Amino acid sequence: MTANKINRLTEIFTRHEKIMLEDWLREQLTALSARQDLISEPDLCRQSAEFLALFTPACRSGSLTDINSPEWKPVLDFLASVSRSRAIQGFSPSETATFVFSLKQTLLAHLRKELGQDAVALADEMWTATVLLDKLGLYTTEVFQKSREEIIKRQQMEMLELSTPVVKLWEGILAVPLIGTLDSSRTQVVMENLLQSIVDTGSRIAIVDITGVPIVDTLIAQNLLKTVAAARLMGAQCIICGIRPQIAQTMVHLGVAFGDVVTKATLADALAYAFRQIDCTVIQQAPRV
Amino acid sequence: MKPTHFEILPLQSDEDLVQVRQKLRARMVELGFTLVEQTKMVTAASELGRNALLYGGGGTARLESVEDSNRLGLRMTIEDQGAGIADIEQAMTDGYTSGSGLGLGLGGSKRLVKDFELWSEPGLGTRVTIALWK
Ligand SMILES: Nc1ncnc2c1ncn2[C@@H]1O[C@H](COP(=O)(O)OP(=O)(O)OP(=O)(O)O)[C@@H](O)[C@H]1O
Ligand SMILES: [Mg+2]
Repeated sequence: MTANKINRLTEIFTRHEKIMLEDWLREQLTALSARQDLISEPDLCRQSAEFLALFTPACRSGSLTDINSPEWKPVLDFLASVSRSRAIQGFSPSETATFVFSLKQTLLAHLRKELGQDAVALADEMWTATVLLDKLGLYTTEVFQKSREEIIKRQQMEMLELSTPVVKLWEGILAVPLIGTLDSSRTQVVMENLLQSIVDTGSRIAIVDITGVPIVDTLIAQNLLKTVAAARLMGAQCIICGIRPQIAQTMVHLGVAFGDVVTKATLADALAYAFRQIDCTVIQQAPRV
Repeated sequence: MKPTHFEILPLQSDEDLVQVRQKLRARMVELGFTLVEQTKMVTAASELGRNALLYGGGGTARLESVEDSNRLGLRMTIEDQGAGIADIEQAMTDGYTSGSGLGLGLGGSKRLVKDFELWSEPGLGTRVTIALWK
């Protein structure tokens, strides 16, 4: 029974490989007609041919019900690479799953042609083929999902690095403009960058600008205070500026405060204060006539 | 008071908490809440969500629009199936923390949004509902 099944599916694939590939490609092109910007026809053709070249031997030697058996490994690996590249190219999950699911139509059409008279055998074969392709399709979706998550994580990490620059405003004065949410991993990056820059530039003042931070909750407040304390240990004074009215109000209700840390409304105020701290005087020259 | 639209968001990681804050903020902007109201509610949700992550082993946040005869509101229910809170009065006290926090999250959230309801049962979990009305 099992041997029989393997033979029939494999037989169809082996005998009609070329025409099946053509039919399958047509199915895919129709399904993806809107996405021809993402993948070219020759690429799709190559992917599909490569898949069939792995799929047919796996059907021949492997179990048709257990895709976790070693015979299916090359097929799964190939599908994983297709999924990953589609995740990067910007395909949707269903567009990615179409790769495998569209093979169903082609396969079922061929089965019907071969076994049309034998209703029992046809039902049997169709069931096996459907279950097999469903499993492969779901596998594609799972890999796709995982790849998307990895991409998002990586982009978040890149954002972390990007959005925490430390800039030197003046000899001895640094500024850290913070933008976005200050969750714990982010604060760690900010703190490390700031402390390193204090050492590198020998600065005495660091201005932490939180204009771009949407909320300050207890954890964020605590993290900011830890950063200030660490800078203080390195001999630098921190000034926090850019506390917007809605954040100030919220902090009061929440009951958090920045303790003895100097706070200023704007970056300009903070800079003026910093100049006084390092005994630097800014003089407005009389206008030249 | 009847809910008109709701959404259940996972709360299993820091990234989930960021999502919850962003979704809540977006809904509040849509409904026309002021910047101060948005900031208060999002901050309270952030506190409660982090508690669910830290002490409740993660949970869910349910975000729903509600309306009664003459006003529109937004309600968020943050729920976990963690250890629960044995002494609620103590937990609500400013400065009390069993971890390394400031002990201000629960008390502070209650001050930020007047509509605050806490249910907790040791061994079963914790559920906090906050709401803000227009
Ligand atoms: N969801 C929860 N499950 C179990 N225990 C909780 C939960 N939420 C709060 N608690 C308990 O209540 C205490 C007080 O919570 P609260 O949020 O006020 O302060 P905190 O989280 O310790 O510090 P902070 O929020 O200021 O960073 C916690 O330390 C914890 O013991
Ligand atoms: Mg807390």
